[in-house]
Amino acid sequence: MTTPRFWREIEQRYRGIGVQCEICDRVYFPPREICPHCRRESFGKMNERELSGKGKVLTYTEVHDPHPDFKLLTPYIMAIIEMEEDVRVTGQLVGVDYKDVETGMEVKATMRRLGEESPEGIIYYGYKFAPVKDKHE
Amino acid sequence: MRDVAIIGIGETQIGELWDKSLRELGIEAGLKAIRDAGVSGEEVDMLYVGNMSAGKLINQEHVAPMIADYAGLDDIPAVRIESGGASGGMALAEGYISVASGFDDIVVVGGAEKMTDVNDEEAKKILSSTADQEWETVCGATFDSLHAMMARYHMNKYGTTKDQFAEVIVKNHSNASNNPNAQYPRAIPKNFVMNAPMVSDPLGMFDCAPLSDGGAAVVLCPAEYVDNYNGDPVKILGVGHGADHIALHDRREIGGMKATRIAAEKAFKNSNISSKDIDFAEVHDNYSISEIVAIEDLGFFKKGEGGPATEEGRTALNSEISINTSGGLKAKGQPVGAVGINQAIEAAIQLRGDAGDRQVEDARYGLTHNVGGTGASAVVHILERWSE
Amino acid sequence: MKTKEKVGIKSYAGYVPRYRIKPKEIGKVWGKDGETMGKGLRINSKSVPSPDEDVITISTQAARWAMKRAIIKGVDIGAIYVGSESHPYAVKPTATIVGAAIGATPLMTAADYEFACKAGTAGFQTCMGLVSSGMIKNGMAIGADTSQGAPGDALEYSAAAGGAAYIIGTEDMLAEIKHTCSFTTDTPDFWRREGQKYPSHGGRFTGKPAYFKHITECTKNLMEESETVPDDYDYAVFHQPNGKFPVKVAKKLGFSKEQIDPGLLVTRIGNTYSGAVPLGLAATLDQSEPGDRILVTAYGSGAGCDSFDIKVTENIEKIKNDEVPTIQEVISDEEFIPYSIYAKYRKKIEGGY
Repeated sequence: MTTPRFWREIEQRYRGIGVQCEICDRVYFPPREICPHCRRESFGKMNERELSGKGKVLTYTEVHDPHPDFKLLTPYIMAIIEMEEDVRVTGQLVGVDYKDVETGMEVKATMRRLGEESPEGIIYYGYKFAPVKDKHE
Repeated sequence: MRDVAIIGIGETQIGELWDKSLRELGIEAGLKAIRDAGVSGEEVDMLYVGNMSAGKLINQEHVAPMIADYAGLDDIPAVRIESGGASGGMALAEGYISVASGFDDIVVVGGAEKMTDVNDEEAKKILSSTADQEWETVCGATFDSLHAMMARYHMNKYGTTKDQFAEVIVKNHSNASNNPNAQYPRAIPKNFVMNAPMVSDPLGMFDCAPLSDGGAAVVLCPAEYVDNYNGDPVKILGVGHGADHIALHDRREIGGMKATRIAAEKAFKNSNISSKDIDFAEVHDNYSISEIVAIEDLGFFKKGEGGPATEEGRTALNSEISINTSGGLKAKGQPVGAVGINQAIEAAIQLRGDAGDRQVEDARYGLTHNVGGTGASAVVHILERWSE
Repeated sequence: MKTKEKVGIKSYAGYVPRYRIKPKEIGKVWGKDGETMGKGLRINSKSVPSPDEDVITISTQAARWAMKRAIIKGVDIGAIYVGSESHPYAVKPTATIVGAAIGATPLMTAADYEFACKAGTAGFQTCMGLVSSGMIKNGMAIGADTSQGAPGDALEYSAAAGGAAYIIGTEDMLAEIKHTCSFTTDTPDFWRREGQKYPSHGGRFTGKPAYFKHITECTKNLMEESETVPDDYDYAVFHQPNGKFPVKVAKKLGFSKEQIDPGLLVTRIGNTYSGAVPLGLAATLDQSEPGDRILVTAYGSGAGCDSFDIKVTENIEKIKNDEVPTIQEVISDEEFIPYSIYAKYRKKIEGGY
């Protein structure tokens, strides 16, 4: 991914900025110009909405044949997270052993390195998910 | 709308074809199909080529005119159709529409992919690019892992097992053992599948279709003209397209494919038949889980019963419904852009009664099911045995 | 150095990666008795960052927790200074990325600092000046590192990763910074040349003329200017490149083991460089009560010290909540790894990814 293509989405990747449809209150991440539910009525009525970063694991896998940028982390865990705002996000799970992962597990977004353009290039940062431990968050 | 027939078929061997280029694969398949149909080059009105990613795999865009050119058909309009893994099936649908509408009479629909000119890692990355690059793959998802998450979800929700996944693979390899064009024309024991190295849990190496080179082509003409040509015709009874969100996480259903259901509903409606009438189907088994999901969403089995049905042998050759008699993407091979055409060719071979040891007895209706990405696009064709 | 207005810490938090390696495990690879070396350095284990962690991710996590603790929004932060000797970019500020990640950009000022292990506290002083002068309302100072020692070098047993973030302001302080002073000389005890992967050091020269001289002088100067003696302080935090130096320098200055114990994290997590004193202070604040007085002296090679005279206020009770983990809680999440994984994670395998 080139630098501008990544830079354009920094707000989403760093801070989880999505949108909420003014008509039906549905939340979308990443942002959409048009609510797939309200269609043309929603145009111009999609307002910025920051996700809480909290969610639950919907499904997951341990990857042994990695995405090239994730080789050093292999095996690593990928999951689809059902966020508090009823929107789903794909991300890596960190800070947890695969054997301890289960559907419904509570997780929280955390910023990590995702990859890099090249060894000389821009570093990509973005959200991954860590388990919510004990009383915290 | 006119009825449309397939009057010629042609495909290359599928596999790691080191000595063949993309244009050679396209030409070989195209010439075989034209010869099979008994049409001459001048009669062809239009060429559609299904191809997923020549731009990335061989750094060549504009491949349809290139293939037409080297086939000696340089004055025939040629267009490439891309819809991820469904490129071939979508190209076939375009060909069908242009003949059915009366716009063209003789249309050649080809599909080709050259995947081994880049290394495995690069090829897999390119395959993953049919998922959402910005919100899935950048975050670490691979094409394998997205299907693995579907598999995990299906297991959790419906109790599907790794054993049942393995049964899909064993069956498809067994079918491929009777298909000379297959990349892996041999049966494999279940313990091979179960004990294969893990790719993305719960999917092992044998749960995943291979990276393949291959080309395939069919010749279409209006049903009313079939007698003008030598080719042994089969009828395209109906076509249906389906669509869904590009990213797996955006779909309300992770253990099923809405795109498949929509495509199937439309195709059945256009054909005036139902899933019960289908004798055999070529479904998009790029992963073991994909076949289980497909046979449920196509209406052959209830949701959640795809795994047990496979385990009980109800999808084996000449059982309740014969699924992937060719060996499927898993064992016949996965030359991505050609897959949809390879499926139509298998259907034609079965309906012509030319399938030899893998022949479905008294086959009348066949279905082909081709999926793009992790389910953002799907196309279903229903084919019928020719009757005068 | 005294500020005209009262100034202090409004919030703080720290983060340390969860992977750990033991000196014994490192020694095994190089044919050394790592266990004994570890005992000599008083380091039982050191933290290791995951390949997807660096100064930017560590700083961001600490900054987010600090903001959450005091309920301060990104837009209310007027300055961010990140001190580190392992900024991911040689040119391109860490602080801008952290600023964007916490929603503080674009109406703020930012810069990266480098002063070996005291770059974090240099940010404290800058923020103190900015807030006390009224130029900004809140300033954020972060000290974080993911330091590396060359394979086989003595530093490999201690160089670790971690960091802490502080929000400095003039209102709602949980601790007042009553006084600060610095002591700076040109002393080449430890350095890294441009383009070099690993730092070089002067061996035993890093001790007496460097660490000990600077910490002693700076701390004495602080106490002289504040008219205090060691007994006036409930706690003290000194830079901790290993577990031996801070204990020795504390004793020499007249501080007890009890005074430095809460902030002495090096034995469990190693030397977190720019993160060391900010983390040690954070761990100390975690168990402080209103009225407690803390003396802090950070040391950075090259060389210099920053000392602080800190007094905890009533607000410390208010900001203690379950939303943000204490330093002890953060560092108790640990996973021990062998040298092979450590070498992979720290990209020490030639020809590896």
